[in-house]
Amino acid sequence: MAGNPRDAVVTGIGLVSPLADGIEQHISLLTGEATPRPRVDAETFAPYPVHPLVEVDLSTQIPRRGDQRQMENWQRYGTYAAGLALSDAGLAGETEFLERMNLIVAAGGGERDATVDGDVVQGWRDAADTGAFLNERLMSDLRPTLFLAQLSNLLAGNISIVHHVTGSSRTFMGEELGGAMAIETAWRQIRAGQNDLFLVGGAYNAVRYDMVVFLAMSGGLWTGDNVPDVWHRTGQTGGMVPASMGAFLVIESREHAEARGARIYARIDDVVTDRGPRDGSERCETRIARQVDHLAAAAGDAPVGILSGTSGAPEALGLERRMLETMAQARPTAVRGTGTVLGHGMEAQVPAGVALAAAALFEKTFYPPFADDALETDAPEATATIAVTGWGSWRGESLTILGSED
Amino acid sequence: MTSATHDHKGRPIVAVTGLGVVTSLGQGKDDNWAALTSGRSGLKTITRFPTEGLRTTVAGTIDFLQIDDFCAPALTEKLAVLAGEEALAQSGLSDTDFPGPLFIAVPPVELEWEHRLALYEAGQTEDGWKRMLEGVRNGDWVGMHRAFSFAGVEERVADRFGTRGAPISLTTACASGATSIQLGVEAIRRGDCDAALCLAADGSVHPETVVRFSLLSALTGQNEPPEKASKPFAKNRDGFVVAEGGGAFVLESLESARARGAEVLAIVSGIGERADDFHRTRSKPDGSSIIGVFREALKDADMSIEDIDYVNAHGTATPENDKMEYLALEAVFGEALPSIPVSSNKSMIGHTITAAGAVEAVFSVLSLKTGRLPPTINYEEADPTIPLDVIPNAARDVPIRTVMSNSFGFGGQNVSLLLSAEPF
Repeated sequence: MAGNPRDAVVTGIGLVSPLADGIEQHISLLTGEATPRPRVDAETFAPYPVHPLVEVDLSTQIPRRGDQRQMENWQRYGTYAAGLALSDAGLAGETEFLERMNLIVAAGGGERDATVDGDVVQGWRDAADTGAFLNERLMSDLRPTLFLAQLSNLLAGNISIVHHVTGSSRTFMGEELGGAMAIETAWRQIRAGQNDLFLVGGAYNAVRYDMVVFLAMSGGLWTGDNVPDVWHRTGQTGGMVPASMGAFLVIESREHAEARGARIYARIDDVVTDRGPRDGSERCETRIARQVDHLAAAAGDAPVGILSGTSGAPEALGLERRMLETMAQARPTAVRGTGTVLGHGMEAQVPAGVALAAAALFEKTFYPPFADDALETDAPEATATIAVTGWGSWRGESLTILGSED
Repeated sequence: MTSATHDHKGRPIVAVTGLGVVTSLGQGKDDNWAALTSGRSGLKTITRFPTEGLRTTVAGTIDFLQIDDFCAPALTEKLAVLAGEEALAQSGLSDTDFPGPLFIAVPPVELEWEHRLALYEAGQTEDGWKRMLEGVRNGDWVGMHRAFSFAGVEERVADRFGTRGAPISLTTACASGATSIQLGVEAIRRGDCDAALCLAADGSVHPETVVRFSLLSALTGQNEPPEKASKPFAKNRDGFVVAEGGGAFVLESLESARARGAEVLAIVSGIGERADDFHRTRSKPDGSSIIGVFREALKDADMSIEDIDYVNAHGTATPENDKMEYLALEAVFGEALPSIPVSSNKSMIGHTITAAGAVEAVFSVLSLKTGRLPPTINYEEADPTIPLDVIPNAARDVPIRTVMSNSFGFGGQNVSLLLSAEPF
């Protein structure tokens, strides 16, 4: 297919999750006979289960121990996944390309030192002078390197330092929507001819007390030892099971990819993002209708696969389910909940979904059902379009539509 | 390809039609500009929290606003909204149904100690952090989650101004404010929108902020008198003063600004950006990244060094930043550099971190409009290794057509904006 020279195409994938290490392992497990499930740790933060990352050898992508020491885990996972994506695209160490590669990272907050935090709050109550106590403890207990690990933009900083991506660097916040906005920005810049080459993604570490406490405050976390698929997390206020994850994509213009003879996984056809009230109001319905319309414009009545990024959060899922059912009425549609097999990686969730979509389109396959649910019908044959939804647990929605190359 | 409304690359020219600012010097452009051009400092001894045991006790906190449930995101949001309201009022565009997207630079806030303590107190049996995990199950913490959620400020500010579509919250550390403007410029240049609201705010001075920057040896230890604590480019500089602020830009395509008869305050003529790959807190010793930023900005604007009349420096007052900024300027401007005035607003307002790029770009436009260049105050001992015309201690009246506004962030994110008077 000739295509438009300004198409945005995916040419590199780096994915590491609680399920697998690297895109090949993911594809292999997810297209196998049995439906795989990610690792679960239900004890460390009981009653809140989390999905830890699979064992990985970080040194294959972050060779210098000094670099690893300067990071916390979310940065290590992201820097590792970014390295995988660059290698996969054939760009690792290619200075000429890396110097003009644009980096967009979707990031959450940095990691805190659980012991220091615990000691400080415990000591605070007995302190005669709480202000002096706090200052003294912080001055003596905080590590300068930890501060750098806490700055959100330092995942991008570490990727620049370790992989020498130096064209430009932006870090987006905004939880799940941040990941989608990163992809949308790259897609828009490429379509408009503003830039040719991007490294885009996010990373998350679920195994940290501060984020578990913070997400638990929202009432959005699933509780208990038993972790059902994302469609069946009912009877509780929350549904999310946080997952450690790193997901990065090399996205470039078709003409740039073809000029360097790159393998093209898939084309990004559309990215739709929005936010607003989730109250069934006209504004809410208009946002849902817009995503439905964009999928119709991209796929018509041809079969589609949809990788839902739902966290299982009941309110968001209720609205998303209704939207998915509307989409499924218009064409053969097979939905898969990525949270069932990967867990929920916050900023990394949409990039991870796009990674799985691009790889499936390249392999000319779609995934067998991840769960027993009416939406997870058997895969239609010859799916040329895969859409990735990103309904944030409490706000923000996105739909990223990818098309196959032939 | 240059036309009345499009630049040398055929892109829509981006106009500035609204500006807003809040700093420790006050709220609004008028108060800030009067103070800044009379060389007044907004830096004070910290009173917001006890400073016993801290090496640095001076900051540019904003203490004149009434904030309910005071915390860093609440103050940050207030600063963004106040700056945004001022900018939108000036632009004449709606502040409840803004016809474009929102780009907003906000600090990566975390729960503060009071909140951790509240969680701890809500627990009963466990010790340390586990009691916070226990406490979270007792009580309703949703409001606190929304307050501190990374998407929280953008969500509420987008509702306040009725901006279109999904906003982008961003952080590129000390370059964040410039990145926010950059995202708006790019969106207008590619024709996605005719207008963009670009905000940057930082209200996150609390004990841990001061301690963290202190541990990186980034802050000054010269606390007395506080108004003399920030000494950019001076020989006796020893670190920056952390501060708070908010800045707002309403950007529009020049075509749309003219069509509705809006006053064009300036145009964004060029932007340069590079990331550094050398060190987490230090620039590359050869300055290549920053040099690249300056050259890219000039190229983007189709300008040469002769076109730059004034540099609004990053000028943090750390020994290293100011030296690096000088070396990079020297490498690009060469023999022309001594005749280009270079001043640092941070000598008076401190380093407003996330907001700095936008706040200082606001002041850069005010220099274009008024022909008055704010000084670098506290410049009493010249650094012989930095032979710059820093506009020492007193403002100067010089008509200018183009100003370069620089922002360099921890983590290696460097941005330079070129702002110019309206073309005829």
